[in-house]
Amino acid sequence: MFATLAGVLFDGVAYGSLLFLISIGLSVTLGLMNFINLAHGAFAMLGGYVCTMAMARLGVPFLATLPLAFVAAAAVGAALEPLLYRRLYRASPLDQVLFSFGLTLMSVAAATYVWGSGQQAVRLPRFLLGQVQFLGLDLGVYRLFLIGVVAATMLGLLSLVTGTRFGAQIRACVDNAQASAGLGINVNRVFGVSFALGSGLAGLGGALAIDVLGLDPTFPLKYLVYFLLVVVVGGAGSLAGTLIASIVVGIFDVAGKYYVPAIGAFVIYGLMLVLLLLFPGGLRRSWR
Amino acid sequence: MIRPPASILWLPNAQWRPAEIAFWLTAVAALFALPGRLMLASQVLIAGLFALSLDLILGYAGIVSLGQAAMFGAGAYTAGLLARHGWGEPISGLLAGGAVAAAIAFATSFVAVRGRDLTRLLVTLGIGLLLYEAANRAASVTGGVDGLGDVHLRNVLGLFPFDLEGRTAYVYSLIVVFLVFCVARLIVRSPFGLSLRGIRDGAARMLAIGSPVRLRLIAIYTIAGGVAGIAGALLAQTTQFVGLEVLGFERSADCVIMVVLGGAGWLYGALIGAAVFVIARDVLSGINPVYWQFWLGLLLVVVVLFARGGVTLGLASLSRLLRAREK
Repeated sequence: MFATLAGVLFDGVAYGSLLFLISIGLSVTLGLMNFINLAHGAFAMLGGYVCTMAMARLGVPFLATLPLAFVAAAAVGAALEPLLYRRLYRASPLDQVLFSFGLTLMSVAAATYVWGSGQQAVRLPRFLLGQVQFLGLDLGVYRLFLIGVVAATMLGLLSLVTGTRFGAQIRACVDNAQASAGLGINVNRVFGVSFALGSGLAGLGGALAIDVLGLDPTFPLKYLVYFLLVVVVGGAGSLAGTLIASIVVGIFDVAGKYYVPAIGAFVIYGLMLVLLLLFPGGLRRSWR
Repeated sequence: MIRPPASILWLPNAQWRPAEIAFWLTAVAALFALPGRLMLASQVLIAGLFALSLDLILGYAGIVSLGQAAMFGAGAYTAGLLARHGWGEPISGLLAGGAVAAAIAFATSFVAVRGRDLTRLLVTLGIGLLLYEAANRAASVTGGVDGLGDVHLRNVLGLFPFDLEGRTAYVYSLIVVFLVFCVARLIVRSPFGLSLRGIRDGAARMLAIGSPVRLRLIAIYTIAGGVAGIAGALLAQTTQFVGLEVLGFERSADCVIMVVLGGAGWLYGALIGAAVFVIARDVLSGINPVYWQFWLGLLLVVVVLFARGGVTLGLASLSRLLRAREK
């Protein structure tokens, strides 16, 4: 009993870590630019395809494809932000939703055209396969690796946000973009760099997610609800809130599928409604 | 918010203008002009009615919803199940579909109209997904992914059987859509309708002048749910089949797209947007279903960036631009 519970918790945390990696960019876009970017999952999908393509066609080892996935998604994000997104920061939520949903549909169709509609597989290196024994529990090595990557990313982001000049600028812009611009902060540059960073992290998450969530052209639509849920529950623009929300969502989803498979998807949608009703402003704001 | 200019939004009185009469005459003419494509024409009408229901809450009250298919599907399953289990009388089935959908809309309205746009978006999305899963799991009642067949309907008014060609289906749909449209037209021109526009443009101020904002939003959400239910029931009756996709997220998203294509906030936009959408989907997905999604996405991006107010107003402003250049 205890062993399965701990196993479910562990899998939930690993799954939540992935959600965090992919969702953090969405949270930044929403908190910083007030932009509802439904196309965010497309950046994750791009990272995933870069990973599989580099492995299959160029023979790059799995670990080396991860930076590639990050860079590719970040580059696309950096290119699209000034071209398209910037025009819509002041638009109504409906316009933003439609615009980014249009981008999502285009990305799904484009991915089907380029890579076909099938599931992509990833061959993990041998040292990431298998399980290790820890306190009588069988822990998947790959899931431990995921948690490690996310912990490292979280530490990196925290030190970026709290310890650097650029981080201070980001925090200033989240609180009040207009006043920040008045103080001489180049708001457009802050937006652009954060957007690219968020897209890159989504790409990294997408590459890491192939083994857990799978990868096919409908990826951006299939997991959209999860990303949105994480961001809304965690509170936009909050690192800690997003992390906590990701792990809560991850644990509930895994536990729901394990303990009550008959009502599978109800658990996550039900959780979403309950959390939204209890904390309309996100967890973080309610705690203050 | 996408919104047409005042001249189109504000008709000075409730009289039918020549353009409106011409619009409905065109719909009647389609019966004789397109004898082979009447099933598609019925699809346009039903999609139009569904889009109209969303326009009531989105265009007039400013409630962004991604879960309108919940009510559409509820209406479709109600009408389908009634007909399957022996109650094949179409008109009462239609009303029952609308009533059940309105009841669901009313029950969920208390959570759906709360909060700001993003919260509403997610709550309505969540309600839609929950109902989809519920219908999926209750396969013994709804048929699950296989859909609900064996839907047998009696003659409309005891006189007109549903024929293969779709003639009865089209006339029946057209009459229903027209009647519901007239009611919707009355609603949006009433003081109640005006107060909805006030709420859309400034809920805090409406509250300050004593308008019961929450009650008004719940009322229009329920009404729109009923309209969506009637549209769903129409689909179930005219196709004599209910598939699980009537509750799907894609149907909700398509509905938003139709309203935005035609322009939100003037009822006809929903009907025109639905016609453009359904006909374009029929033509383009016949060529290749994957490319159709691509072009749809591109169209959305272009509409948002360059043609706010939908295709109709986009064309109008384009022609104005061209005329200005000629001078």
